Amino acid sequence: MLSIKNLHASVEDKEILKGINLEIKPGEVHAIMGPNGSGKSTLSQVLAGNEAFEVTSGEVTLNGENLLDQETEERARNGVFLAFQYPVEIPGVSNLQFLRTAVNAMRKHKGEEDMNAAEFMKLAKEVSKQVDLDPAFLKRGVNEGFSGGEKKRNEIMQALLLQPKLAILDETDSGLDIDALKVVSDGVNALRSEDRAILMVTHYQRLLNHIVPDYVHVLAGGRIIKSGGRELALELEEKGYGWLGIKDEASN
Amino acid sequence: MATTDNEVKELIKREYEHGFVTEIESETFEPGLNEDVIARLSAIKKEPEWMLEWRLKAYRRWLEMDEPDWAHVGYPKVDYNSISYYSAPKRKEDMPQSLDEVDPELLKTYEKLGIPLHEREKLAGVAVDAVFDSVSVATTFKEPLAKAGVIFCSISEAVHDYPELVKKYLGTVVPQGDNFFAALNSAVFSDGTFVYIPKGVRCPMELSTYFRINAANTGQFERTLIIAEEGSYVSYLEGCTAPMRDENQLHAAVVELVALDDAQIKYSTVQNWYPGDEEGKGGIYNFVTKRGACIGKNSKISWTQVETGSAVTWKYPSCVLRGDNSVGEFYSVALTHNFQQADTGTKMIHLGKNTTSTIISKGISAGKSSNAYRGLVKFGPGAEGARNFTQCDSLLIGDRCGAHTFPYIESKNKSAIVEHEATTSKVSDEQMFLCRQRGIDPEQAVSMIVNGFCKEVFKELPMEFAVEAGKLLEVSLEGSVG
Repeated sequence: MLSIKNLHASVEDKEILKGINLEIKPGEVHAIMGPNGSGKSTLSQVLAGNEAFEVTSGEVTLNGENLLDQETEERARNGVFLAFQYPVEIPGVSNLQFLRTAVNAMRKHKGEEDMNAAEFMKLAKEVSKQVDLDPAFLKRGVNEGFSGGEKKRNEIMQALLLQPKLAILDETDSGLDIDALKVVSDGVNALRSEDRAILMVTHYQRLLNHIVPDYVHVLAGGRIIKSGGRELALELEEKGYGWLGIKDEASN
Repeated sequence: MATTDNEVKELIKREYEHGFVTEIESETFEPGLNEDVIARLSAIKKEPEWMLEWRLKAYRRWLEMDEPDWAHVGYPKVDYNSISYYSAPKRKEDMPQSLDEVDPELLKTYEKLGIPLHEREKLAGVAVDAVFDSVSVATTFKEPLAKAGVIFCSISEAVHDYPELVKKYLGTVVPQGDNFFAALNSAVFSDGTFVYIPKGVRCPMELSTYFRINAANTGQFERTLIIAEEGSYVSYLEGCTAPMRDENQLHAAVVELVALDDAQIKYSTVQNWYPGDEEGKGGIYNFVTKRGACIGKNSKISWTQVETGSAVTWKYPSCVLRGDNSVGEFYSVALTHNFQQADTGTKMIHLGKNTTSTIISKGISAGKSSNAYRGLVKFGPGAEGARNFTQCDSLLIGDRCGAHTFPYIESKNKSAIVEHEATTSKVSDEQMFLCRQRGIDPEQAVSMIVNGFCKEVFKELPMEFAVEAGKLLEVSLEGSVG
């Protein structure tokens, strides 16, 4: 489904990704682990089409279609979803309005009719329960005054609403307490399906206790230096990144 | 993360929607202004002698005045002798007595504008007075209003039919010599609206006027006078459009509001005069004086404005809070795009005891435009316990536009309290990325973010206007992503 070949990307002329190769099949859950500054978040942003990053070479296809020449919103409509590490606030725009606009943009792309306010409200309420958010939050401004946990749950709720083909979760576990982590993980597990690929970017292995990945990759210095199964994550937890010859900048 | 503007993509611009010209036989004065022109105007309108005298007095004041240049706007000087001071659709007979007698071409124009003029159509309880170029064309809903004792007619009719009221209040809020444009308006005002709400009456419906400049090289100088007697209430809406023309056109209106004891006036404007093209060619000069006087105790005047049009805007709807406990409010959204310039804001003059005022101003700048808020909050010696709250927010789209804030505060009373909050923000790349990542078009995203920014003001608008205002912002912002 997702195929990344020799991907190089830079920001402000500094090369961050130095040749990423990755294949993800439908139904698979891949975890990308690595120390801070290894390029994990850059990879998520580049896949989603953040124009702050420049792709200098390589190719990325989603179901055989070139992703890199698509605008951010086209990628989204074609099924790429990014759950942000730090979701931004949009003051005065209600969550409900924002979500409905997004859902209708996707529906329009598929040639479906707009969902009216009442229909959407019903759907949004159901999905908000899935991530344990009080439906009252739908009326609040997008991420406005949300706690860290609420923001993350809101991201997962959006994934559940938009039903993407490829869900990229950028440090979805950061800043969550153990209860919130459970709720978010349940949400992600609800997303797992045979025709959906999930790419999780995380610094810590604890998320992987809740969402068990099929593959684990270690990213360092802009390259994937090791790939393996679930057990690789456990090994990392036990030994840290040091045994792979990587310096974890966060621990400096 | 992204700090530079990466959302660069000049998208196809939609043309100004109301830029059509109506083919209609009209009677238009030769350009130029002198006492004869004023006398001719007055004669056509069959005005009484006192009205002509009043105009001439204003004209003589105007001749001695200089055009103000303190506003944060720049434009080539207007040649006041190249403007025609009267243009009216020619009528086969006299004034139309009902809508059926109104020129069908004219009605079509209003239809194109989406104005609910015809009573049987979507009118939904809005009484409309439509001013086309210089004259008032038709006023709907006169009868039910008359039943409530409400007078809603053109100012020309009022001069004939209610001379005592006009004489008593005209020029009391905005005197003839108040400023250059007000003096000009006082001399040559061609039509406008008159509203009188009797004591204790709550006006049974929203009153509404639509203004349109159609003829070329004409100025529009409408004059509006609204009087709310003791304990009465009225909500008044005005909307404005003009065709696309390469040359600039002048609009210099005067609006006077008078609220007596316990009376309330809510005045809402959606201004969408032609803003000029992308190169800044053409467009309306909107030099308007709007002022309300809360002369009675416990009276209240609220101004709500959504300003998206005009090449140059110079406008400060103000409140003079004379009555004790009177309340003044100003809610404004001013959007500038391309080469538009706006210098707008309000004046809250606190004279009575315990008077309060609220100012919420939202300025949005896009393209190469310039947007200034200018506000004066003044407390007289008698304004014991008076209070003002001002919130002034600017939103920038792109990096070639400007936002400026000029707040002035003068206090002659130590017990007065002023609060002032101001913010400037940008539509950030992160916000745009979030919206686009969720499949939302960049233009729709900008429009949604801007609408959110304006929410506090939009909620003050009557329902049907709030919807229109939201749509208007969307259209006005097209091509702003870049």
